[in-house]
Amino acid sequence: MMRREIPLFITSVVGFIFVIRFFIPHEPFYSLEDVSSSWIQVIQAFAIWLGILNLLKVSLDKIYKKERGWGYSGVIIFSFLAISIAGFFFPLWEERPAGYSYLQHAREFLKPGTSFDWFYWYVYSPLSSTMFATLAFFIASASFRAFRARSFQATLLLLSGFVVMFGSVPVGNVLFGWLPAGWQVSDIADWVRNVPQVAGQRAIQIGIALGIISTSLRLILGLERAHLGREE
Amino acid sequence: MSQPNPSAPTLGPGFWEKFALLDRRIIFAFIFLGLALPLFYTIRQPIPVSPEGRAYYQSIENLPAGSKVLLSFDYDPPSSPELQPMAEATFKQLFTKNCKLVVIGLWPQGPQQAEQALATALRDPRFKDKKLEYGVNYANLGYMAGNEIVIQKMNADIISTFPSDYKGNATASLPIMRGVRNYKNFDFIINFSSGFVGTREWVQFCVDRSGAKMIAGNTAVQAPENYPYFRSGQLKGLLAGMKGAAEYETVAGQPGKGISFMGSQSVAHLVVILFVILGNIAYFVSRRKW
Amino acid sequence: MKVKTGVLGIGLILLLAAGAVGQWLLPPLEVGAKDAPNDAGKSLLVLWKLSPSDTKGDKAVEGYQILRARSAEGPFEPVGTAAKGDTLFTDHVPQNGTDYYYKVRALGPEGVFAESETSGPAQSKAQWFNTERVNALLAVVILVSSILYFVYKAQSGRELYIRKIAGLEEVDNAVGRATEMGKKIVFCPGRLDMDNVQTIAAVLILGRVAKLAAEYDTKLEVPNVYSMVMVSCREVVKEAFLKAGKPDAYREDDIHYITQDQFGYAAAVDGIMMRDKPAAVFYQGAFFAESLLFAETGNSIGAIQIAGTAQPAQLPFFVVACDYTLIGEELFAASAYLSKEPRLLGSLKGQDVGKVFTMAAISLGVLLATLQTLGLFPREWVAAFANLFLVR
Repeated sequence: MMRREIPLFITSVVGFIFVIRFFIPHEPFYSLEDVSSSWIQVIQAFAIWLGILNLLKVSLDKIYKKERGWGYSGVIIFSFLAISIAGFFFPLWEERPAGYSYLQHAREFLKPGTSFDWFYWYVYSPLSSTMFATLAFFIASASFRAFRARSFQATLLLLSGFVVMFGSVPVGNVLFGWLPAGWQVSDIADWVRNVPQVAGQRAIQIGIALGIISTSLRLILGLERAHLGREE
Repeated sequence: MSQPNPSAPTLGPGFWEKFALLDRRIIFAFIFLGLALPLFYTIRQPIPVSPEGRAYYQSIENLPAGSKVLLSFDYDPPSSPELQPMAEATFKQLFTKNCKLVVIGLWPQGPQQAEQALATALRDPRFKDKKLEYGVNYANLGYMAGNEIVIQKMNADIISTFPSDYKGNATASLPIMRGVRNYKNFDFIINFSSGFVGTREWVQFCVDRSGAKMIAGNTAVQAPENYPYFRSGQLKGLLAGMKGAAEYETVAGQPGKGISFMGSQSVAHLVVILFVILGNIAYFVSRRKW
Repeated sequence: MKVKTGVLGIGLILLLAAGAVGQWLLPPLEVGAKDAPNDAGKSLLVLWKLSPSDTKGDKAVEGYQILRARSAEGPFEPVGTAAKGDTLFTDHVPQNGTDYYYKVRALGPEGVFAESETSGPAQSKAQWFNTERVNALLAVVILVSSILYFVYKAQSGRELYIRKIAGLEEVDNAVGRATEMGKKIVFCPGRLDMDNVQTIAAVLILGRVAKLAAEYDTKLEVPNVYSMVMVSCREVVKEAFLKAGKPDAYREDDIHYITQDQFGYAAAVDGIMMRDKPAAVFYQGAFFAESLLFAETGNSIGAIQIAGTAQPAQLPFFVVACDYTLIGEELFAASAYLSKEPRLLGSLKGQDVGKVFTMAAISLGVLLATLQTLGLFPREWVAAFANLFLVR
């Protein structure tokens, strides 16, 4: 069926171009990579519209059918409209200067003084920061639950966790100041971070790199095709 | 193992069994207090400086005066409590060394974060009589979509990758960009990042391919992933999270937000450690047969 | 003593005067140009020897200006500048295969300069192979041929051993549990777009989850960050439902877009979990700071959670809060593992050859570096060995 063959063909061709381009700087490969990169950017830009339309459709559907939690969908629609209208139609809080053009504004919506900028700093930024900050609480509850000396390995993990946590804040060296110089808790924490931690990270990252190469190869060669929705 | 413990009548098995299954909201409340209360007090404490933090400062210090430095801001407001203090202190050290700074962003909000940090640094009275001028001493080329592809493109030609700056001027017209083609024309590269695209991509596509020298500031969550690059010399220095910012401010001798927030960090760590210890006691006690 | 200071003083004044007037400013020497290697052409390397006035601590030379012309007679036009102490400039020329001539000016203060002789002609051209990447090519050839070899072997019916991956064994149980409890399954395919291999790996795992969900008549919700990922997920899930003979049970809107914003997405997924209390949650693909926000919320509602990511920094969070975690390469191995298709399993085996080579290289490097610290091996050789692996 062509619906599967065409995407597979495109995957292979583009994949090979990128591989060849890495070794052959000569035309036509040189600019083909640029062309592909531009394609990616254009497609990604248009895909945002697809996403927005889907978000609106699903949310409106929920409100219309009064599904459980439809109020949240109402919040989505409201926020979407509020920011879009402010961004497009009320660019500046102050009066617009003479000769002001909307077209120019379209490029300047992120500049200080625009209403979009206001939303960005006083609505979006605090909301995002709040979500990120909840991480501190979740880290605490997760550590409380998971850091138990259940086995030898778990105890080892627990102890190195303590060392790194004490070593990462000044209070650690204050509490354990009696340790000899060079063996301060921050020194041990540095060692844990820079030796065993790095060793583990490297092993994982090398494994990942090989995994990526092998998966990419399967994709380029068309061995892997289930992601296109048509298993054989 | 099965002997009852007579010395702890009040903290009996019932208590510890319940404690092992503590409602997480109680932990949340303690963490909140641990983080919030120290903000109202000044807690003076010596800050231990890690080798990677010291290397970060030293590698900027070793730059010849007037060096050209490229800074990439790859984060957004949620990570700014961790990365903004680093960025501000870095700008100050660079301006002290009369470096010429070119800023870009691979995250849409990056250039705005850079503008804020620049504004804070420029308010420093030390730079009043230096007459630091936009386009000459520093420039912000703004955001460019495309993630690691942008890093690759810049290796060929920076001006065609960023045709105009954040303010809409033609990049080629900025005096600071004279003679700049690619990474080879920069003495140093600094990256502040909180995820993808970030330090890892900069190391892989810029440092490894062009031989540029780079240091980075990361969020504490992201840093462990990049320690290997510091160990291997692909990064010349690395700051990790709020602690990294505090270390840097300590070595640079310019106390700022990083140091002042370390009190909260200390107390919160203690709270977590305390709960982990109590959790383990609860685990062992409730595992015994009474 | 006095006389000495006097002489020094006069010398200094003379030097300063020379700097100001530019009388003694000497031009750079031996200016030459050649094609820049390993590129797509249109660039030339201009090289020169420092002007004798360009010495450390001396302010006579402030920098260099590079001028280019189509003929040796000119006209020469400035094409760029280089810093004091530099001896190299890469010039991007308008055309390949045309002769260009260069002059380099040493720039002094207040607009004075000293101009070099004209360089010989140079032409730029594109290269057919980047010789700096021979090592990478060799690595690619070894890895690709070993993968292809094992794919071929597997195809011809050889049994290949693959170790048990607990997280993948548990996929069936997780879906089964959701069915028993009459609750839904949530599947998050990561926070990167379809151009990331982790996302593709996630979509492949989704295929398996969807197949089971369709067979068991369990509701499956897939909140997305990118609309292209959403479309792919829909294709995969729809196919799974078709194959299970239940096309009517497939609901397109269960696979929906949320936002590309990191914490907006985190808030939405946490909200879905708190409201709908799914019995099984899958986090497969690339995750960032939201990993623990998800996993802790999922844990608090008692869902069975299976994570998988190749973001090393997020692994600790998933390991701590989830029931099972696919670590790094296990995520990429999942499709082969779940489908049991010989050709895919073969590619995993080929990957192991790459690992053997990497381990051998690391061991050798460690050995050489250790010998070097013991003074038994020259430092330059160790550096040369390390450089064998450097890809520009």
